[in-house]
Amino acid sequence: MSHQLPPLDDLVACHQCDTLHVAQTLPAHTRAYCKRCGAVMMTSQPAAMARIISLALTAFIMMIAAISFPFLTLDAQGLHNATSVLDAVLAFNEGLAIPLAVAVAFFIIVIPLIRLGALIYALGPLVRDQPPRSGAKRAFGLAERLRPWSMAEIFIVGVTVALIKVAGLAAVTIGPAFWAFAGVVIITVLKDQMICRYSIWEALE
Amino acid sequence: MGSTGITSGLMSAREAGLVACQRCGQVHAKGVPYCKRCDGPLQSRDTESLQKVWAWLIAGMIAYVPANLYPMLLTNTLVEHSESTIIGGVVDLIHHGSWGIAIIVFVASVMIPIGKFLAVIYLAVSVKNKSGANQHERHVAYELVEFIGRWSMIDVFVVAILSALVQLDTIATINPGIAAVSFALSVIFTMLAAQSFDSRLIWDADRMQDD
Repeated sequence: MSHQLPPLDDLVACHQCDTLHVAQTLPAHTRAYCKRCGAVMMTSQPAAMARIISLALTAFIMMIAAISFPFLTLDAQGLHNATSVLDAVLAFNEGLAIPLAVAVAFFIIVIPLIRLGALIYALGPLVRDQPPRSGAKRAFGLAERLRPWSMAEIFIVGVTVALIKVAGLAAVTIGPAFWAFAGVVIITVLKDQMICRYSIWEALE
Repeated sequence: MGSTGITSGLMSAREAGLVACQRCGQVHAKGVPYCKRCDGPLQSRDTESLQKVWAWLIAGMIAYVPANLYPMLLTNTLVEHSESTIIGGVVDLIHHGSWGIAIIVFVASVMIPIGKFLAVIYLAVSVKNKSGANQHERHVAYELVEFIGRWSMIDVFVVAILSALVQLDTIATINPGIAAVSFALSVIFTMLAAQSFDSRLIWDADRMQDD
């Protein structure tokens, strides 16, 4: 090639289209997009690490609450049925549907918790200006790889749809776990918005 | 737009004889097996991408057939026993006048899966033909498929919640049908199809092939 390339460490390639860019320090609260395909390449948030960690911790605690407290309660003609998030998972408890129970448990509880735990493990020491833990790279890589399989937000929309379906049939009471779960969803979205993969990988190096 | 600078024109790492890490963006000389920054495996292009895409896609399309033929929900009330398929559920909602919810379920369970099948076929065929047309449109299609595909799971979660909630012994019970399993499989398989697709291939068509 006839082009004179800058040192490799100054370059950054778009993960979606492989186009090379020269990495630069971004002004605060800005994002850098790929010149070619428009994918977000970097975001700059002051104190992003501390915020990500605190949001992840909050979400983790709320997730525990969401699993433990009653989620929805149904009352119709004197009969009463309280449902937790675990009951929703266990709805698929017969025969061929059992693997689906496992999958649903992973999508709405286990994978969100693993992602949060991995983030806290990987980024925790960085916030306190300590060197990264061993395995921090693997933990952050896992959290990123699991992102599409964490479906808590889809579950909440599903719950809303189910509520409207049942509304005519019976009285449904929304329990504290519902709000905790909704909180987890909102916090997770905020947290994922703040994650700049480029700078986190750089910090973990 | 942001402030990443560009090297002379727009060049891909592959054209420059380099290989980039898809996880962290770090650029390496060709032939380096693992990323020095994040330890991820390096691959300039996933040469088996299309093969994997077709395999997962076909599996997803096969699983989508029983998902529509068999019942999603089994409802028992004092007076009747009914089984509803995906489409049947949408029709019921329309009869009850819940247009908004009917539209959400229809979009999530019918339009998104079928749209996703078509979009992935289109992406795979155009990459196979090394088409240089509509790169931006195809990239948007790819991002949409990646982003929206998961949302088809809504119906599975609705079934889970309804089945857990409506367990009122004699008055009414709702139980999941076998279609919920095949529908979930279909969604999982198509998500894997989309993830197997190497989006960098879209942008390669009009670039110099230097190997």
